[in-house]
Amino acid sequence: MRRVLLVLGLAFLWAPVLLLAGYAFSDSRVPFEWGGFSLRWFTALANNARILDAAWLSLRIGAAAASLATLLGMALGWVLARHGPFAGRPVFGALAGAPLVLPEVVTGLSLLLLFVGLQALTGWPAQRGAVTVWLAHSALGMAYVAVLVQARLAGLDPALEEAAADLGASPFAVFRTVTLPLIAPSLAAGWLLAFTLSLDDVVLASFVSGPGATTLPVYLFSQLRLGMTPEANALAAVFLVVGAVLSAIAWVFRRRAG
Amino acid sequence: MTRGVAWLALLALVAAPLAIVIGMSFSTPDAGVPPVVPPLGRAGWQGSWDSWALIFADTFYLDTLLRSLRLAAVTAGLCLLLGFAMALGIASARPAWQPALLALVLLPFWTGFVLRLTAWVGLLRDHGWINAMLLRLGVIAEPLPLLYSDGALLAGMVHSYLPFAVLPLAAALARRDLAVEEAAADLGARPMTVFLTVTLPLAAPAAAAAFLLVFIPAAGEVVIPEMLGAPDSMLIGRAIWGEFFQTRDWPTAAALSTALLALLLVPIALYQRLSVLK
Repeated sequence: MRRVLLVLGLAFLWAPVLLLAGYAFSDSRVPFEWGGFSLRWFTALANNARILDAAWLSLRIGAAAASLATLLGMALGWVLARHGPFAGRPVFGALAGAPLVLPEVVTGLSLLLLFVGLQALTGWPAQRGAVTVWLAHSALGMAYVAVLVQARLAGLDPALEEAAADLGASPFAVFRTVTLPLIAPSLAAGWLLAFTLSLDDVVLASFVSGPGATTLPVYLFSQLRLGMTPEANALAAVFLVVGAVLSAIAWVFRRRAG
Repeated sequence: MTRGVAWLALLALVAAPLAIVIGMSFSTPDAGVPPVVPPLGRAGWQGSWDSWALIFADTFYLDTLLRSLRLAAVTAGLCLLLGFAMALGIASARPAWQPALLALVLLPFWTGFVLRLTAWVGLLRDHGWINAMLLRLGVIAEPLPLLYSDGALLAGMVHSYLPFAVLPLAAALARRDLAVEEAAADLGARPMTVFLTVTLPLAAPAAAAAFLLVFIPAAGEVVIPEMLGAPDSMLIGRAIWGEFFQTRDWPTAAALSTALLALLLVPIALYQRLSVLK
């Protein structure tokens, strides 16, 4: 019974995705119609400058946002795990967790109004674009990193850091040589999570972006609501293969790490 | 030092934006850029309650809010039912298999949110895959109007949110102490009784958290209704989006966001009590 439902659930998750990727190899102009095997849509995709530009911008914003989110999220997770019951902690915790659950429209509108207000007061940001999307995605990602880092820190054996301190290491040396290596897996996982959240976001980027800074999901959303082309199928197939390869690499690393 | 940086990040990127949304709900529309006059100016208070009056005067917005909460509840309920069954299946598989099964849950998401939704469009369109198959098999004579319906919307919602329910539930179920269930079985409880009186109550907090983790963001969903839902079935996320991007009525968009936030305050507080971030 358990197994039947698991298989049914997995089939529900996979069926649309497999059909989408499978029809990428169809020669037909109509998506989801079989017209014989062909790679023409992959060629068309490789020559579509607008999709490639948007994808390149998304990758850069994603990497930058994941990096800032990891730094800020590490600080948040550290305070939550190590600073005990300080004044304002309930508010701190509520704010740290808010981006995890807030509907995207609310987060998107709130950040847009923040940037508009800042511009009116200080002149910065002069225009919205890649930088504002970067900050918005960092704000989203830092909450996810914070959860992972807090959980990891809470599970560490305090004796390890105490031993280093007893042997004369300065607090910074303890952090750099003991704590940081121990929480590194959660930082890596958090970075990847923030990166994928950024790569997949439509709503925040639609609100805080400006002309000339169209990320890949925003571009696809604007194109595909008008009607889809088999190039979208080809793109999905590429993503699926990349995802499978990265998952396999992550799996091998985890096995080596034990 | 660390705490100062952390506070700064939270105040600048979370608290201040939300406070500005609430403040902006009292602003007035304007022809300029940006198309609003803020409620506080050099001369002091210059705000208005107009957008709030608009929301409450017209049952359109209240209906929209209620419809959104209902959709979110149905989505979260379905995700919880299916997600719990899947999580139980994963947690009771051999330990060596569990990471692979979790990867199988996550891998479809690599196609990307928008492309995953286009898969549903391709399946459900009048000339889409399902209608083509049914026509070829002779089950139907005319294509069924599957897309842009509540059913299509729900399929897309559950498909997109399901992993958010499966992953925390699988983690919680994998951590559970099997000895408790074995003890109940040793004392003569049948498998169904063990499940209903031991497994289910112990998993209740995780199940509640999983429900809320889907319910809260789903209440404001924009993209899925836009691509799969019926055009006349208005939802709050689309209403906020439309007021902002099409009507360019920022005060009403802010008031609707504030109203949604107020309705979600209790579920959010509940979720935060149940989750790790306290």
